Parts: sequence; C-alpha cells; structure tokens
Amino acid sequence: MDRPPVVALDEVSKSFGAVRALSGVSLRLLPGEAHALLGENGAGKSTLIKTLAGVHRPDAGQVLVDGSAQRFTSPADALAAGIAIIYQEPTLFGDLSVAENVFMGRQPLGLGRRIDVATMHARTSELFSRLGVRLDPARPARGLSIADQQLVEIAKALSFDARVIVMDEPTAALSAHEVQRLFGVVQALREQDAAVLFVSHRLDEVFELCQRATVLRDGEFVWSGELSTETPDSLVRRMVGRELSQLFPKQDTTAGEVLLSVQRLTREGVFTDVSFDVHAGEIVALSGLVGAGRSEVARAVFGIDRPDGGAVVVRGRKLKYGSPTAAMAAGIGFVPEDRRQQGLVMDASIERNTALASLGRLSTFGLLRRRSERALAQDWAVKLRLKFAKLSDPVGVLSGGNQQKVVLAKWLARGPSVLIVDEPTRGIDVGTKAEVHRLLSELAGQGVAVLMISSELPEVLGMADRVLVMHEGRLVEELSRADATEERVALAAAGQVTR
Amino acid sequence: MRNLLRWETALVFLLIVVALTGQVSTDGSFLSGGNLFYLGLDIGEIALIALPLTLVIVAGEIDLSVASVLGLSSALIGWLWNAGWSLEMILPTVIVVGALCGAFNGLLVTRLGLPSLAVTIGTLALYRGLALVVLGDTAVADFPASYTSFGTTPVPGTNIPYPIVLAAILAVLFGVALHASSFGRSVFAIGANEEGARFSGIRVKRIKLSLFVLAGAVAAIAGIVYTFRFSSARADNGVGLELAVVAAVLLGGVSIFGGKGSLFGVLAGVLLLGGLRNLLILQDTSTEVLTIVTGLLLLVSVLAPSITRRVGTLRKAAS
Repeated sequence: MDRPPVVALDEVSKSFGAVRALSGVSLRLLPGEAHALLGENGAGKSTLIKTLAGVHRPDAGQVLVDGSAQRFTSPADALAAGIAIIYQEPTLFGDLSVAENVFMGRQPLGLGRRIDVATMHARTSELFSRLGVRLDPARPARGLSIADQQLVEIAKALSFDARVIVMDEPTAALSAHEVQRLFGVVQALREQDAAVLFVSHRLDEVFELCQRATVLRDGEFVWSGELSTETPDSLVRRMVGRELSQLFPKQDTTAGEVLLSVQRLTREGVFTDVSFDVHAGEIVALSGLVGAGRSEVARAVFGIDRPDGGAVVVRGRKLKYGSPTAAMAAGIGFVPEDRRQQGLVMDASIERNTALASLGRLSTFGLLRRRSERALAQDWAVKLRLKFAKLSDPVGVLSGGNQQKVVLAKWLARGPSVLIVDEPTRGIDVGTKAEVHRLLSELAGQGVAVLMISSELPEVLGMADRVLVMHEGRLVEELSRADATEERVALAAAGQVTR
Repeated sequence: MRNLLRWETALVFLLIVVALTGQVSTDGSFLSGGNLFYLGLDIGEIALIALPLTLVIVAGEIDLSVASVLGLSSALIGWLWNAGWSLEMILPTVIVVGALCGAFNGLLVTRLGLPSLAVTIGTLALYRGLALVVLGDTAVADFPASYTSFGTTPVPGTNIPYPIVLAAILAVLFGVALHASSFGRSVFAIGANEEGARFSGIRVKRIKLSLFVLAGAVAAIAGIVYTFRFSSARADNGVGLELAVVAAVLLGGVSIFGGKGSLFGVLAGVLLLGGLRNLLILQDTSTEVLTIVTGLLLLVSVLAPSITRRVGTLRKAAS
C-alpha cells in the first residue's frame, strides 16, 4: 500500500459561474486497485471525472500523473497520459467493425498505406484475451449489447496503454450476468497493475469490487480509505451526512378495486400473452432482466407502441391501441425509463416541463394561463422538495435526482389513478431515492395503483406488494410480498421456474 | 432564451443601421413614404409565408414547397377565371387547394415517416409542374380593377399596403398561437424533443400535419396577393421565393434544428431582409446580386448561433 499513486488529484477546485462544483478535492489512485468514487448526485463526481479526462481544467490544484503535474488541454492529452474514461453508454461507430472501433484513427497500416485488417483483428483479439473475454473483432459494432460496447471501449483504453480506467456507472444498464463479467474484466485490469476508478450508486457492487473508496458531498472531499472497515450504512451516512431512517418505506395498504387490468397483451417478437391486474393502493413490481420485455409492456400499456393483440383495461374500460392520449384520459401516468430522451425536454424550463402533460387543463380556449402554469410548477416543486434556483431555469441544469422529481411532478400534477414508473430511481442519489420511495408509498396509500419496473432487487423487494417476473417476453412468475425473496426473483428472471 | 433575446436585440440594431445607411446613401428617399409603400409590397408575400413556416421550423420540420404552392394557386386563379368562375368562388377554392397541398406534404411526413426536407423538395417540383399543366406558358391578366387595386394603392390616408395589413393580422394570430397557447407550447416541445413530447401525451403527428396544412393555406393566400399585385396569373410566379422565406425565418433567430425561435424575431428578419433587398434595388443592383445576398444572409443566419457559441467558449477559456 505504500506504492506511489499512478494518478492523483491534489486540492482541486472548479467552479461554473457562481456554482462551486469542486472545492479542494483530493484523490489518490494506486496501481492495481479498484477505487470507488461515491456521493449523491450533485456531489461533484461528474466534474471530478471530467477533470481527470481533460474536459475541464481545474481553477486551483493540480492533476498529477506519476507525481508530476499535468496540464491537460483536451481529452486526447489525458488519454496520452494514460487516463481513459468508459462512459455508461459508449458511443461507437455502428457501421464499423469492433476492431476498427478499437483502432479508430490509428489502424495498423500495411503495404501502400492500406489498413492491415489481419493485424488489426489479431491485435484486437489479443486485447480481449488480456481482459479474459471473447468478442469477434470482425463483427460490426451495431447490435452489440451495452455491456459488449463497454468492453470495446475498455479494449480501446488498453490499446492506449491506459493505466487508469474510469468507469462512470458502468453497471446501470447491465444484467446481473453482464455485471459479473465486467467485474472479471476489472480483476484482469488490476492484475496488469492498472487502477480502476469505479463510480456507482450500487453499494453492494462497490463492496464486491473495490478495495478503497473516496466520498464526496456537495463538491467537498468527505472521506477516503479502506472499504474493509466500512459497512453500507456507514458509507451512506458519509454520503448524505445524516442517518436514513429506512431505505424502502412501503407501508401496508389494503388493496382496493382493480384499476389497471392487462389482458393477454401481445406485441409480436417483443412480448407474448402478458396478463396481470393492479389494484388501487397496490405497488406491483415488474421484474426481470434488462431486455425481458418489461419496459416494452409499459410502453404498450401507455400507448406509445401498438400491441398486436390483447387488451389494456382501466376501471373496466378498454383503451384504444397506441394512443397515449387515451391512456392519459383514462388516468394513466407514465414516468419513462430514459429521463433525458423521454421524460423531459432538457432545454425547456422547469415550469414548462412540469406543465407539459397538463397543457389542456392549464388553458382557456387554447390560451395558456401562465399564472396557473407557474403556480402548478411552484406547488409541486415545494411538495417534492425540488432543489432549484429559478423555475425558469432549463431543467437540464438540475442534478439527476431533481430531474426525476420534475418528471414525477409532471405526472402527479394530473392526479393519475394508475402510475407506471420505469426504473424510477436509476442513477439518482441515495437521499432522493428514499424520497421517491416514500412518495410512491404515499401515492399507494392514497389509492393510486402503481406499476413499478426496477432492476434493483432490494428496491423491488422493499417496495412491492406483489412481484411479477418476466423472462424473454413472457410473464413467468408472480410472488406475493411474503414469498418474494431475492433468490426466487432472480431464479425466475433467469427462466428457472417450475410451476 | 437569453441567447434568443440577445439575437433579437442585435436584429433590431441591424435594422436601425440598415435604415440609417439607406437614408444617408439614398439622400433621404429610402425612408420616404413612397418607398416604404413599395418596401411593404415587396415583402408582403415573404411576411405571410414566413408566419406558418416559423411554426413548421420550430417543430423541427421544413417546407420548401411553399413557393410552388404560391405558383400553383396563381395558375389556378387564372385557369378558373378563364373558365368563367367568379372571384368570390375562386379565392376560397384556391385556399382549400393550398391546404390540400400542405396536407399531402404533412401526410407523407407523419404517416410514412419521411423526412420533410426530401418530401418538400419533391413537392416543390411537383406543385410547380402542376401549375404549368394547369395554365401552361400563358398569363391571365384581365382581372377586375377592384381586386388588382389591392396591390397598387395603400390603405387610404396612410402608406401601408393592404398585404401588410393582412400579414399584420395573421402575425398577431400566429404570434398568439406560438407563444401564448398550449398548441404553441406543444410545437416547441416537439421541436426540442419529439420523443419526450410523445411521452407527454402530445399528439405529435396531428400537430405536425396541421402545421403543414397551415403552411399550404397561407402560401395559397400569398399566391392570391401576388397574382393581384402584379395583375397577372402565371405558373412561374414566385419561383425561388422559398429561399427568401427560409432565409428570413432563420435570420429571425429560429433554429434550423427546431425547438427555438420567436415570431417577433422572424418579423424583424423579414424586415431586415426586405430592407436590404430594397436598398440594393434602389442602387440599381442586379437581381443576380440580390440572390447572392439572400443566400449569404441564409448562411450567416445558420452560422451565427455556432459562431456566437464559439466566441462564448473562447471568452470563457480566456478568462
């Protein structure tokens, strides 16, 4: 442990206008370690990563590589110094092969400056074998799973002889199996003496993978040290600076009448013969692996996609296929999976986003009542304890958790009787997560039927009255709150159900 | 939003500069009542078509067939007049046909999911071709003076031409629709994030279709204005006018990528473009140069946002 750090940040500060994103933060990455970077959203993790990546230049303090101060002016400088960043969702060139993506711009050349494809493929295969994974270098990048795309990026980082690899929430969109494979790759990287900086909100993964951690809060350095002496609770306390009463506070409610009934819903090639009911006052979780068809069922119920057969019935009335307007009129609200693309208009203001699903009821003869619009946004901002400067600020400046609150506000403003939430706490900090859980629980208490899609088992088990499990487009298991265990849900999700 | 306001301030400033330069370089005839009347006449059609086109572009689409719809409606007026129809019958018919042309564009874009750029380049040629089929190479000019005087005399007691009055009324309607109604809010949302708009229950296809219908109908109205102003119904009326209209809208600060813009900016853009063209005409500039200037303005207005952004980052980097 006395080895000098490969890369270190020394008292780094960075401000954007009046906002201080980092103030005097230090970080030491040792060779061969997996180091977790922890903090709530808005704690400064992204700024820190971008400083390492050469995107931001620090206002004060310095970045040290092998003990010597660096001045990165571009991401290329950082990469040349051996620092590579793997983003949550890599952007590859879809039409080019895996190998061409790895060697983009530096393809090995043969006779007459033609690209030497054989050498390029061989070198790519060698990189993958160093990582202990198999991937065909010749196949096009299009169609690779997100997990495989990350592997391509990691191989690319290795080809630059990167000694520090930063992974920004790499597991958010991965299935359990893919997460394990990624952990194997991290292990391989460590054995080659590289340092891995691992950013994740999933504490169980952090404890499984990492040896040391650094915690940030509100742009300030809080703690750094060995994880062996820590517990999830102690880490959460460091991150939020307060005790969390309970992470998943679903109260018991008595289920009322059936509000949402999905009957034999089918969309060819996507999901088949899916039937379930959600009662008033109930939270039903739709669980399963990423790609099992959960989000697709939700989209069809809300009318974004057109089903090929079956019915969606709300309070006894069958909905028109493929019409979000009809679904909304029947009282369905939908908090979608992808906040940035589907949930919000990032350039538009907080108040406009909050009002976006309620334009009809905020208008008289088609003319928008601006005062009512602002009042609505103000009202929900207070109710959901939104952290913001001005309601007229673009929603894009908010942290992830606060953005998610705006999406929730948009739908709650309509007073829905059925609320579908798809990954409601993905990528948001622990504090906001608890608030979202409390909110969903309260809604159920008020008689709303909640359908929740989540990839996080603790969330599913803590929140749901019933757990439905999907596997390859079919509903394979239904478990009551009492019967649902992590093991049974995971088994069903993997398709191991014997009825 | 703040960027937009700054751009509009710049436009107003530019307008003043053009007006003053014009006034000085023409020894005071630029801002004379007579010239303003002709300036007004000259920008009438551009101002009219720019209104619905602003909404189309804010919604992230484009309609390049507007000038051809103008030509088709002009040809149709001539043909129906020759066929003995009364103008009271002709004018509503022409507007309906314009709306149908727009609906055809809109249906191809929304139902078949084709890019509006490709669709309306196609219908740009198609509608112009139809106009030639309808009226051929001939011109029809024997319209009653009660209609053609509409384009040659100002509103009594002023120097304001009638087409500008019409454009002003429509500008108020379109301005309210874009900036103060739930419809306009939806248009902005569609342009900024179409998927997000759909996930918020906004009827994206229906709204886009209605915008194309509006563009077609208003282009037909512009065709009526054009025909009576020159007292001549011809199939090649308004060839190339779409260039000027798109240039005016983009110059007015509307983002070609959708989601940003204001009708006030577009009106300033129309005035600036019209003023510059008028000034060049006063100085006996050739039409080729006019087209070049229009094209350059279009480029400048598309480049301006990225240039200001780059200057912004440079400044930030320097500080």
